[in-house]
Amino acid sequence: MLRGKTALVTGASRGIGKAIALELASQGAKVAVNFAGNEAKAQEVVKEIESLGGEAIKVKANVADETDVKQMIKHVIDSFGSLDILVNNAGITRDNLLMRMKEEEFDQVIDTNLKGVFLCTKGVTRQMMKQKSGRIINIASVVGVSGNPGQANYVAAKAGVIGMTKSTAKELASRNILVNAIAPGFIETDMTDQLTDEQRQGMQELIPLAKLGKGEDVAKVVRFLASQDANYITGQTIHVDGGMVM
Amino acid sequence: MAETFERVKKIVVDRLDVEESKVTMEASFKDDLEADSLDVVELVMELEDEFDMEISDEEAEKIETVGDAVNYINSIQ
Repeated sequence: MLRGKTALVTGASRGIGKAIALELASQGAKVAVNFAGNEAKAQEVVKEIESLGGEAIKVKANVADETDVKQMIKHVIDSFGSLDILVNNAGITRDNLLMRMKEEEFDQVIDTNLKGVFLCTKGVTRQMMKQKSGRIINIASVVGVSGNPGQANYVAAKAGVIGMTKSTAKELASRNILVNAIAPGFIETDMTDQLTDEQRQGMQELIPLAKLGKGEDVAKVVRFLASQDANYITGQTIHVDGGMVM
Repeated sequence: MAETFERVKKIVVDRLDVEESKVTMEASFKDDLEADSLDVVELVMELEDEFDMEISDEEAEKIETVGDAVNYINSIQ
C-alpha cells in the first residue's frame, strides 16, 4: 500500500507513535523513527521493523528546537532520498489545574505539542513542494475539541494543532500536499497509564464503545490517510475515540 | 548580469507559464506575472537550486520583481 514511500514519525519510540511507525513499515514504507531521549527504545522499534523485513532508521531530535528539526529532516531526506509522509505525533503532558499550572508547564507543552508541529511541518514543506506531493498527518486529541479539566496547556496545544491543520491544508492544497489530523480518544499508552483509576473510570464511562482504544486503532487511520485511498481528503480531523466526542 | 537574467527568465517562464516577452527586469511577480505567494516561494526555491545558493527568508521576502531576484543573485555571486 505504501511501497516506495518514505515516512518520518515524530515521537515514535513508544506509544501511539511506535504503533504508527510499525504500521507504515508493514505497508512497505521506509520509516524514520524520531525520538527525543530514549534511544534504546527507538532502536528497538527500528529492530522490530527490520525483523519484519522493513527498512527504518532512528533519528534524534527535540521537535521544539528548530535547529534539531532542520538537522533531523535533512538527515531523513539524505538517507531516504525523499520524504512523502510526515506524522506529527510527538507530545508531552504536564497536567495541572489551571490555578496551579506554572508558566513553564504551559510553555513546555505548547513548545513540544504545538510549536513542534509547526517546525516539522515547515521543515518538510520544501521537499514536499519539490515532489509536488506529500501527506502530513497531525496527531491531535479529542480533548482539543471537547476540553478537559487539568489539561489547559495540552488542550490549548491540541486545539491549536487542529487549527493549524486546516490552515496548512488550505495553503498547500494546490501543491498536492494533503494535511489532516487525527483526534485519538482514550488510548492505552504510557501517557494514559499515568492517569488515576478514578480518572480512567470516569473517562471510560464517557466512551460509547465502553473500552479503551489501542495504538493500532490510530495507526490504521494514519495508514489510510497516508495512502492513495485518501486522495480527496484534506483539512479534516478524524476522531478515533470510540464515539467519545461527536 | 545578462546571463543571470536569462537563467532567471527561463525558470520564471517554465514555472509561471508566461510569455517570455512579459518577463522584464521591472516585471512584478505578483502584479505582472500573476504569481501567488506560494509561486514566489517555489520560484525562490528553484533559483536556489539553479544558482546553488541559499536565499534567507528575510531576503526572499524582499524579492518582488524579476530585477530584484537578478540583482540579489548577482550581488552575492
